[in-house]
Amino acid sequence: MYDFHLLHTEGLSRYYPGVRALDAVDFDLAAGEVHVLFGENGAGKSTLISLLAGANNPSAGSIYVRGIAKHFANVHEARTAGISAVFQEFSLIPTLTVAQNLCLGEEPLHNGMLDKQGLLKRAQNSLDELGFEVNASALVATLSRAQQQMVEIAKGLRGQVSVLILDEPTASLTELETTHLFALIGRLKEQGVGIVYISHRMQEIFQIADRVTVLRDGRKVCTVKAAETTHDQLITLMSGRSIEKIYPHIESRPGEVVLEIQNLSTRSGVRNASITARRGEVVGLAGLVGCGKSELLRAAYGLDKVTHGKVSLKGRDHTNASTAQSLKLGYFYLPPDRKHEGLVLGFRSTSNITLHALEGSLKGWGGWLRKKDLKDMAIRAGDQVELTSRNLGKAVGLLSGGNQQKALFAKGLTSNMALYVFDEPTVGVDVGTRSALYEVIKQLCEGGAAVVLISSDLPEVLHLAHRAYVMCSGEVMGELQGNEITESGLLSLFFGTKEGKS
Amino acid sequence: MNTPNATVSPVASISFTEQVSWGVRRLFVQLGVLPFMLVLAVIVFGTLSDQFLSAQNLMNLMRQSVYLILVSTAQMLVLVTGGFDLSVGTIMALTSVVSAMVMQSLGSSLPDMVALVIVAGCVAGLMVGMLVGLLNGLGVAWAGVSPFIMTMGMQSIGFGAALYLTGGVPVNRLPPAFSDLFGFGAVFGLPIPVLVTVVCVLAIHLLMNRLPTGTYLLAVGGNAKAAALSGIDTRKVLLMAYLLCAVLASISGLLLTARVETGEANLGGTIALESIAACVIAGVSLRGGIGRVPNVVLGAIFIGLVQNGMNLTNVGSYLQMVVLGLLLIIAVVADNFRQHMILPSAN
Ligand SMILES: Nc1ncnc2c1ncn2[C@@H]1O[C@H](COP(=O)(O)OP(=O)(O)OP(=O)(O)O)[C@@H](O)[C@H]1O
Ligand SMILES: [Mg+2]
Repeated sequence: MYDFHLLHTEGLSRYYPGVRALDAVDFDLAAGEVHVLFGENGAGKSTLISLLAGANNPSAGSIYVRGIAKHFANVHEARTAGISAVFQEFSLIPTLTVAQNLCLGEEPLHNGMLDKQGLLKRAQNSLDELGFEVNASALVATLSRAQQQMVEIAKGLRGQVSVLILDEPTASLTELETTHLFALIGRLKEQGVGIVYISHRMQEIFQIADRVTVLRDGRKVCTVKAAETTHDQLITLMSGRSIEKIYPHIESRPGEVVLEIQNLSTRSGVRNASITARRGEVVGLAGLVGCGKSELLRAAYGLDKVTHGKVSLKGRDHTNASTAQSLKLGYFYLPPDRKHEGLVLGFRSTSNITLHALEGSLKGWGGWLRKKDLKDMAIRAGDQVELTSRNLGKAVGLLSGGNQQKALFAKGLTSNMALYVFDEPTVGVDVGTRSALYEVIKQLCEGGAAVVLISSDLPEVLHLAHRAYVMCSGEVMGELQGNEITESGLLSLFFGTKEGKS
Repeated sequence: MNTPNATVSPVASISFTEQVSWGVRRLFVQLGVLPFMLVLAVIVFGTLSDQFLSAQNLMNLMRQSVYLILVSTAQMLVLVTGGFDLSVGTIMALTSVVSAMVMQSLGSSLPDMVALVIVAGCVAGLMVGMLVGLLNGLGVAWAGVSPFIMTMGMQSIGFGAALYLTGGVPVNRLPPAFSDLFGFGAVFGLPIPVLVTVVCVLAIHLLMNRLPTGTYLLAVGGNAKAAALSGIDTRKVLLMAYLLCAVLASISGLLLTARVETGEANLGGTIALESIAACVIAGVSLRGGIGRVPNVVLGAIFIGLVQNGMNLTNVGSYLQMVVLGLLLIIAVVADNFRQHMILPSAN
């Protein structure tokens, strides 16, 4: 069917002590196709592409480019062969500017000297061409995660690329940027570029995929044509079981107001925003990247400074309180950036999960830790998010991206909180686990807690929220209730038209 | 979007004092605390001592500072990659001892060929310095030893070797021309040590700003894994940082040897810590990835200036240590504050 192979592998494997991260995989990619890799967290997707891109060495097996066996000692060699990757873990240098990052290793020279003007211009051009609104002279550390993702993609596309690998590129992008990206992928396909694409978002797979290869436990299950498969079939192939419903039905029983934010403005860019969250309901918070949806609740939690307005938690004034006070009063915040804010990467999952309980119930007589309780607590929380005991004992930094997210989620489950704020909770989480996490949200909400769900994944807000706010450039544009929460209803508020306001 | 440039701009209606305070804030955000501390130090010592601002003292200050300027610039190259070099003092000492021994023995057997003797001595000194740098680089980049341990080990090895070679006795009877030229010589009224320093510092400045290598050094310190994924050979970059650092420290060692007219194993006593302090005061991040040559030069001058001023105002050497320590901490606190002003929602 595809007689011309741009890239293929034979028996490609990568072993770690005790784990077969990738086990004898035959994979092939044709020119001008989008080939999706699909599988649970830890199935080996990132491992496979790291081998293809020269970031990692195979334990066995070989890689062929246009039929010729290749061995890549490093990323640079793979790039020279036309293979370029955008990795799941960011490869930007925070202390350099966007332009410096984009041209890293391929700086434009003028008489042997750096051409600084040329550097800036080249970087800005490549960003503009892709339709990404990022300033090339900005320091990467000052960019939001989504903007960093855009820079990352722009970086992957520099030079002659015949194979482009994208590992969960949309995990922190919203609809608008995703649309740009897909248009770009369309253009690249026409130019005959082969694209390897990893995503946990089902709708995306059917939007752009030509073929799908399903991986499970490091092995290839099968390769199917996207047009000849279905949702349910893919999920069954991926997990070996069938999952009827990803989104559970959550009973709404609105009770007392837990969090009330009035006319809040912050240094981080929120302007005059008001929202409330009640016990027994899920409040969705949607909006484009950088609209301030995350900043609003970070400020309420005590991470950013409030310059104007009022926050009350359980009826008491909580403006500019500390994060420790927030936690004590039962306000849990799950940060979106697990690597930098959420987890101590060198600790085991167990230690991460119980970290903020150390001051509380785990402290026993005389201030000594109750080791046994600590372990039980971690196992219980791990069970709820389907984190297996094998993964509980590993350093979090060694887990796959999705399993790290599970560990982060479990941190909130060690004690009963009044308010759970989940900021992009399912970034990079596979469908099976996602339904488990949604189940947890359901239990928390029906158990009487208030849940705020900040999400760039529109279907998530559509299906789970009882009430939803949409933000745009720091302001709350409108509030939608029950049946009003539709795709068009939300999107019309995304760009600042207030007509949908109830 | 919350761009950092969105600070309020001055409006015509605000008062003069507000405008001034706004201007000072901007200056602080852009340049850091160092210019303010420099100005303050000049004012304080200028009023306390009338010799301080005399042309002669300033010339003196410049002559005294060059060694620290060179070593601080060297130190910066390693600091930006996220490392340390605690062996810079040892490199100076070894360079001094070896170059002096070569000049001494060659000088007595070839008394007529002074130029050759001096060149041979300098080359030998530089080679030993580079050997230490090479070992540091190999240890850190290839063997994966932490920079702290590697350079601390080398510092001990080098110091021991220098003492062993000389038996603890200073090496003298160097060719007088050596000291006349590199210690006390001048071209167009500019002392040669100052000239050499200017050339070296300019070269490093060019390297950092106008050559890709500079970006690679910063990149490796900013995020080593990301740099590697961007196709940069991080080991080569690290090796180069330690080598260059050693070369500069070694040059500084040669200049100082010429100045004191002997080869000494005790030459670079506290310079490792002083150079790190100068860099930190100049805003070089100890986590790597951030550092600018002009600031580092200012930082080194600042330390020299404070020491010079305290000498003139008869502050005892014990108290000087206290003052320098305090200044270092103040500088770091101020810089943290500045980071907050640059990134309002410092994440
Ligand atoms: N350096 C390592 N040491 C030990 N185990 C590792 C290492 N790197 C990866 N693994 C293991 O290899 C397996 C595959 O990981 P990989 O990152 O490829 O998963 P993935 O399919 O990309 O998952 P996700 O969707 O969560 O990103 C996991 O079980 C992971 O824990
Ligand atoms: Mg992955």
